[in-house]
Amino acid sequence: MSIHQELDLAHMQAAFAAPVRDAQTCFRALLEGLARPGRIQRLADIPVPPAGLGAAQSAILLALADRDTPVWLPPVVRSAAAGAYLRFYCGCPLATRLADATFVVVSTLAGLPALYDLSLGDPEFPDRSATLLVEVASFDSGASLRLRGPGIADEAELRVADWSESATALVQENRRRVPLGVDIVLTCGDRLVGLPRTVHLTAEGMACM
Amino acid sequence: MTNNTDRRGSLGLLARSPATLLAERMARVGELPSFTWLRKPETGMVMLRGRIGGDGARFNLGEATMTRCTLRLADGSVGVGTVRGRNARHAEMIALCDAMLQQPARAATIRMEVMNVLAQAEQERHARASADTAGSRVDFYTLVRGED
Amino acid sequence: MYVAVKGGERAIAQSHVLLADARRGDAAVPELSIAQIRGQMRLAVARVMSEGALYDEDLAALAIKQAAGDLIEAIFLLRAYRTTLPRLADSEPIDTSRMRLSRRISAAFKDLPGGQILGPTYDYTQRLLDFSLMDESAEIGTADSGPSPNPVETTVAPRVTDLLDRQGLLESEACPAGDPPPPDLTREPLLFPVDRTARLQNLARGDEGFLLALGYSTQRGYSTTHPFAGEIRFGTVPVEVFVEELGFAVEIGEVELTECQLITGFEGGSEEAPRFTRGYGLSFGHSERKAMAMALVDRALRARELGEDTEQPANNEEFMLSHSDNVEASGFVQHLKLPHYVDFQTNLELLRRLREEWEANHGNTAAPAEPPAVPATMEAA
Repeated sequence: MSIHQELDLAHMQAAFAAPVRDAQTCFRALLEGLARPGRIQRLADIPVPPAGLGAAQSAILLALADRDTPVWLPPVVRSAAAGAYLRFYCGCPLATRLADATFVVVSTLAGLPALYDLSLGDPEFPDRSATLLVEVASFDSGASLRLRGPGIADEAELRVADWSESATALVQENRRRVPLGVDIVLTCGDRLVGLPRTVHLTAEGMACM
Repeated sequence: MTNNTDRRGSLGLLARSPATLLAERMARVGELPSFTWLRKPETGMVMLRGRIGGDGARFNLGEATMTRCTLRLADGSVGVGTVRGRNARHAEMIALCDAMLQQPARAATIRMEVMNVLAQAEQERHARASADTAGSRVDFYTLVRGED
Repeated sequence: MYVAVKGGERAIAQSHVLLADARRGDAAVPELSIAQIRGQMRLAVARVMSEGALYDEDLAALAIKQAAGDLIEAIFLLRAYRTTLPRLADSEPIDTSRMRLSRRISAAFKDLPGGQILGPTYDYTQRLLDFSLMDESAEIGTADSGPSPNPVETTVAPRVTDLLDRQGLLESEACPAGDPPPPDLTREPLLFPVDRTARLQNLARGDEGFLLALGYSTQRGYSTTHPFAGEIRFGTVPVEVFVEELGFAVEIGEVELTECQLITGFEGGSEEAPRFTRGYGLSFGHSERKAMAMALVDRALRARELGEDTEQPANNEEFMLSHSDNVEASGFVQHLKLPHYVDFQTNLELLRRLREEWEANHGNTAAPAEPPAVPATMEAA
């Protein structure tokens, strides 16, 4: 799966300064985010991401991706600095098919893949499914989403710019497949919000998108 | 930039050589350049693979510890150090030599003070071992059974 | 059923102190160093590395020291340690024909290109205790090669099987199309039936004693093969790893391996002419008995593939591969030492009820009137 081509290290950007500590901090924030859907987590002191990735997306991959977890990147991102960056620091294969990927990077909500193109796990091992890292424009404007489910006391509210009806449909269809399904992490710069497969989502104010 | 065959050969020699000898030789090189880490030395494992019967399908034999690091000199030369075992200092010295071998100003010194000496030492180690081993080479001869 | 039992912290701490004392032994005797174990117990180190499935002489030596010489405990320690390390790479397939030989023999071919090299072996010793080793000040002479018959002596030689292979008398181990990456038992569970490549990984880390006994059983008639030692070689081979940032593979050092090629007869059939078949063994360090036992068992496990009888234990893949691992076996056997008080209490009560029923049915003429002699403390547990 490796691309037999020398990596350009003369211009390689720095990654985590203290790989173990920084990965643990990042893991903790992600765990918190998936345990409390809808609550925004901020990742502090994370490196400047390579072109094509958000800061939180890049940090999550540095923390979690390795040679056992193929990562799918949108083609333009894959061929840019981000592809080499992940190959060097994570040693992860870059998947060419969505279905092979453990992590799927999505650069805009409009680029969301179809649910059934993704690995949803199998009944014996539902954990062998993809995690989507979706960069969004803002958590401060846009559609208002109402979330219910495990990790939420009553109801959580979240605003996501450029949210679409198809995004709602994907999350709702994903919920119906539990225990199979994907886990979604929305990212915006250095912030993240978890939308695990167990979340019930309804959207309001779609008109203003 | 040296060509890949040379670089490959040098990296192999550096990794096969005893870390103590390498350190001794590098002490003679003079002031070593400063560098930045792209990847600090990290120890992990490599799965060693064999082939069935020596030349058939690949199979996983078991793992070995290995340590690797990557560094960059001020002029952009990148050095890679990968060595079996857990000696971080060994990996760092390999990476430094690898990077310096790519610098026209330093390459000749590294070749003379480090690489040539390591190659010579390895040759001697092998020759000694081969001579000792060859002393136990045997010619078995079969006695004719007195059956007739 | 598992029920947690609490308590005993102080006793456990004291047990650790006693263990450390027992390991150290007489303080008047100098402590063993890792370098001593590594250098002077190299065969123990080889076994711990092979079955610990991690090639690192210093860590294996440390494990042996910590385990006070209990090799299975040392193997457990090494296996536990390896789980703390990340997997950084898979090596390029090791080419044993590039081995710098320390030893190489064939029991099937007298005249080998490259010759028979005895190397360091116990084979030609008389197994008499050498009391001179009790005198630690005695210097042991170094191997004297004398004037070398050939100044540019080389100890690299082709594998015997490759030579025989060319004549078509031996089945060839053709590399499958596409040279697929092998399954990895450290990542995926053992699911039957198992590919030969996964079997070999299991056997490579399998217990030497188990493989030896079951390999032996095939020789004693509990299988149908009659093997010859085509070649046994021990020596040093380079390890190559593909480095992503370079775009090519580099040598990262060397390892010592023992390889055993067993040759066995095969009758052939309507489709195939008679030819020799092979069993293969490969193990870390100098470990001939292990490599040979592995090759015997590998060949026995090919019975189904070759259309032979599969009734014997050594032919039974599920039986063999499920019981070869001494870390698993030791764990399950030794867990019997852990508290089973509740389970036992349940059994005890069941037994009492059965006895009451039995006595009711058979009259109580012969039965003792007093209750079973079980101490009250045990019942209270």
